[in-house]
Amino acid sequence: MSKHEQFSEKLGKSLIFIFASISLLILLSIVFFIFRDGFLAFKENGFFHFIFGHDWNVQDNTFSVLPLIVGSLVVTIGALLFSVPIGFSCAVFLAEIAPEKVRNIVKPAIDILVGIPSVVFGLLGMILLVPYIRDHYGGPGLSILAAIIVLILMILPTIIAQAEDSIRSVPSSFKNASLAMGATHLQTIWNVILPCAKSGLVSSVMLASGRAIGEAMAIYMVIGNTFTFPKSLIDPSRTLTSNIVGQIEEAAVGGTHLHALFGCGLILLFIVFILNSYSFFIKRRGCRSC
Amino acid sequence: MFKRNKILSVIVGIVAILGIASFMVPSNALTATAKTTIELWLNKPQAKVNGETRWIDDTNHSVTPISKWGRTLLPVRFISENFGLVTLWDAKESKVTVMQGGELAGTISEAGSTSVLPLAEKFALAFMKKHPKVRISYTGGGTGAGIKQSAGGTVDIGAASRDLKISEPDLMVHAIARDGVAIIVNKGIGITGLTIDQLGKIYAGQVTDWKDVGGKSGKINVYTREEGSGTRDTFQSMVLDPAGLKMSPACLAKKSNGEIQMSVQSDPNGIGYVSFGYTEGVKGLLLNGKEPTIENVKNGSYPISRRLYFLTKHNDNLLVQAFIAFCRSDEGQKIVSQEGYIQLAD
Repeated sequence: MSKHEQFSEKLGKSLIFIFASISLLILLSIVFFIFRDGFLAFKENGFFHFIFGHDWNVQDNTFSVLPLIVGSLVVTIGALLFSVPIGFSCAVFLAEIAPEKVRNIVKPAIDILVGIPSVVFGLLGMILLVPYIRDHYGGPGLSILAAIIVLILMILPTIIAQAEDSIRSVPSSFKNASLAMGATHLQTIWNVILPCAKSGLVSSVMLASGRAIGEAMAIYMVIGNTFTFPKSLIDPSRTLTSNIVGQIEEAAVGGTHLHALFGCGLILLFIVFILNSYSFFIKRRGCRSC
Repeated sequence: MFKRNKILSVIVGIVAILGIASFMVPSNALTATAKTTIELWLNKPQAKVNGETRWIDDTNHSVTPISKWGRTLLPVRFISENFGLVTLWDAKESKVTVMQGGELAGTISEAGSTSVLPLAEKFALAFMKKHPKVRISYTGGGTGAGIKQSAGGTVDIGAASRDLKISEPDLMVHAIARDGVAIIVNKGIGITGLTIDQLGKIYAGQVTDWKDVGGKSGKINVYTREEGSGTRDTFQSMVLDPAGLKMSPACLAKKSNGEIQMSVQSDPNGIGYVSFGYTEGVKGLLLNGKEPTIENVKNGSYPISRRLYFLTKHNDNLLVQAFIAFCRSDEGQKIVSQEGYIQLAD
């Protein structure tokens, strides 16, 4: 290695190190600020009252978020319940069953759908979905059902694109070996390909659930934003994120209101942390069995 | 604005600039050719501009012309702004500047109340047409955002659709118009009016079906604004507070007047409250038997109304002051009534 090469090697490494540390630093400072102000929300309202109470009243200065947590979880889980089976089937179809021609058209289309801004889905939901639900199922139309459908449309492309990639990255030798042993195509998919693609599939679900629970604007437009628990699918509710979107502009700097909103952020951070640790756990188990 | 209007300046200065002052020379020939005529009386808080009576300071009725040192002292801002001049007050140096002509240039950013938004847009268009080198932008966000951002200095002017509270930042308050709050429902609904009492019960969640207030059976979908909205605060203090009621958490919250209007327009069972400027495509309900019209707000019979304000810091710049002076001038107040709001003088 010449002196020049040695120098550029060192320079490259240190540049990468600097950029990596910057991104890490940014991440850490975000976590720090959310914790600093979010923690105050727990302190000012009392830990149990803040999480398990159900009154959010700016004028009385009392804040608690149970309806928001329930809203967030119901909407996210509801969307995943539908989009995971549909998304996985679609991914298997595209990767294994569909003729090349179909795949060449559908795959790029799905990749484009992944990039559509969520507000567009929210707008469609507000203009088409909400009146439809109101006319056919009753209620104000603004409902968790509308939010779930908007989220399904939003995260389906994410799941399909990721899952399809991970299914296709299973080595063809595995598939050929299974077929050579006399297994049918469906048996091969079920017993060989899907287990091998497991970690990719799990991360597609995690990515989708992260997008779902973090989505704010699209949900704000269709969920109705009441501070109530949803009793049925056509009831309105409010999520942690849509609460932040709706009120952040009004909250006075340094006030309990702002702290409470940061508290919502902290709870979101906690939920995402649990989701990610869970997926990490599954992935590690997946590796051993494959 | 309150302070500035109280500054009295020696009449001679103004007369020298303008050369037209009917109050000094009661000559009929002169008044006939004058473009603008202002008549004032010693110790009287009302004056006449082109024959129309108006308050010298609509927010402080003790401001009058006075006599001192054998001279007549007039409120300089009232005089100069009605003659189309820009008046600036520098609090630090206690200095008054009066300017005529000159070209204004620069940008003004505004944010805040969505009730003020349609009016502010028209103000901006008219002002930019007069001064082509000025650019004015407006973003919504609600009254709370307007107060926060103008106090923080992120915008030049904040807009508010309610009075400032004592606990809120110390800002210059400039009234620009008055506005009523209309209670709106879908056009298809068979109800023409409510009492304040019924309205309060609907928003508190005590009445949930239209049949309980004289309509067809159907669950009422109640739309409200997010916390911090000036329209919500007005509604709260004029409808709910007097009855000791609290807004139900089951109200559907929206971020702007426009969204409420849109929702009620498409929701056959919806009810909402908006600024008078947002009643197209929906039905405005009679309140206590009074129609939501400008006349009824003027004569005081319609129960929900408020002033609209521009907020600035105390040391706001020349351009901003000129813009606000324009909004409060005759020309600006004409825009106010064209847009369906109520003039300050009325």
